[in-house]
Amino acid sequence: MSFINSFSIWFIPFLIGFILLYGTCKKVPTYEAFVEGGKEGFSLAVSMIPYLVGMLVSISVFRASGALDLLLDFGKPLFDWMHVPGEVVPLGLMRTISGSGALGMTSDLIASHGPDSFVGRLASTIQGSTDTTFYVLTVYFGAVGIRKMGYALKVGLLADLVGFIASIVVVSLVFS
Amino acid sequence: MVNYIWVGMMVTGFIVAIFSGNVDKVNAAVFKSAQEAVTISLGMISILVFWLGLMKIAEKGGLLEFLALLFRPLVKRLFPDVPEGHPALGYILSNMVANLFGLGNAATPMGIKAMEQLKLLNGGKNEASRSMITLLAINTSSITLIPTTIIAIRMNYGSQNPTDIVGTTLMATAVSTVFALSIDRFFYYRSVRKGKK
Repeated sequence: MSFINSFSIWFIPFLIGFILLYGTCKKVPTYEAFVEGGKEGFSLAVSMIPYLVGMLVSISVFRASGALDLLLDFGKPLFDWMHVPGEVVPLGLMRTISGSGALGMTSDLIASHGPDSFVGRLASTIQGSTDTTFYVLTVYFGAVGIRKMGYALKVGLLADLVGFIASIVVVSLVFS
Repeated sequence: MVNYIWVGMMVTGFIVAIFSGNVDKVNAAVFKSAQEAVTISLGMISILVFWLGLMKIAEKGGLLEFLALLFRPLVKRLFPDVPEGHPALGYILSNMVANLFGLGNAATPMGIKAMEQLKLLNGGKNEASRSMITLLAINTSSITLIPTTIIAIRMNYGSQNPTDIVGTTLMATAVSTVFALSIDRFFYYRSVRKGKK
């Protein structure tokens, strides 16, 4: 445990130091290159603003109106029928649309069921196994101005669904 | 499809709000989330500037080319459209490595940079190319060796063994990544077939 913790703490300074020393050895004008590369950061961040505003507003209207809860109530018989633990269904849906929302839900589930309970472990696995599709899509395509996404959203959403099912199956097999 | 989902979520939200009496909540949510989006975007400036600056050093020193060369067989298979030695490959690999080690804030700038290169490769069009969607598929299903955030939360709540979910997470994420890559291929070939008809 302590190894893993110290690994993630030490990895970043190690990586930064390595790149700097490597550049120096290769006679790269390090500081000048850093400044040159960093310059683009600003415009990339600014160009993702409209994409992110559009997507986050739509998602939060859907959540705040109670439409998300309604959808979950509506689907509950189906999930019960498929033996999906009812506690994690909202998390599975949230994981796709909002990273911070999902993290909050995972914390709640871990707090109320205990970290070493079945639901606690399942929530942890679901949280860790995929990234927020809507966010990744919006940020990556937004920063470089891609408006026509093709079949990207379909791929992301189906992968989320499979990740969710895989989490339930794997956690059920390993921990019960 | 994005257009329909976008409008759909918003309009459904407004209709539900009228019936459930949450109109005031929805009004507040619109402007709060718009503000949040701007805060997130501007907050990314620091991360983007720092990592892109550092990556420029790595690129000029030839570190990215080396990385691309090292994983050539894998990358060639995943991104057959990208010519060998193209700078996009180095950024794609850095993005994958950063994801693997759970360095989310480094992975995003590298992924964006890779997208930028792929866009140039695609003639600067505002359409997603095949390689862009593959890169996105890898990122949304993100293989992570050590999910640090979730381990920290488990520790906070007094777990007996906070890391015992590492194995299950790895298995679930491997399944979703393999699936994402296969379905990406499937959709690509389907679109090619449609295009020919």
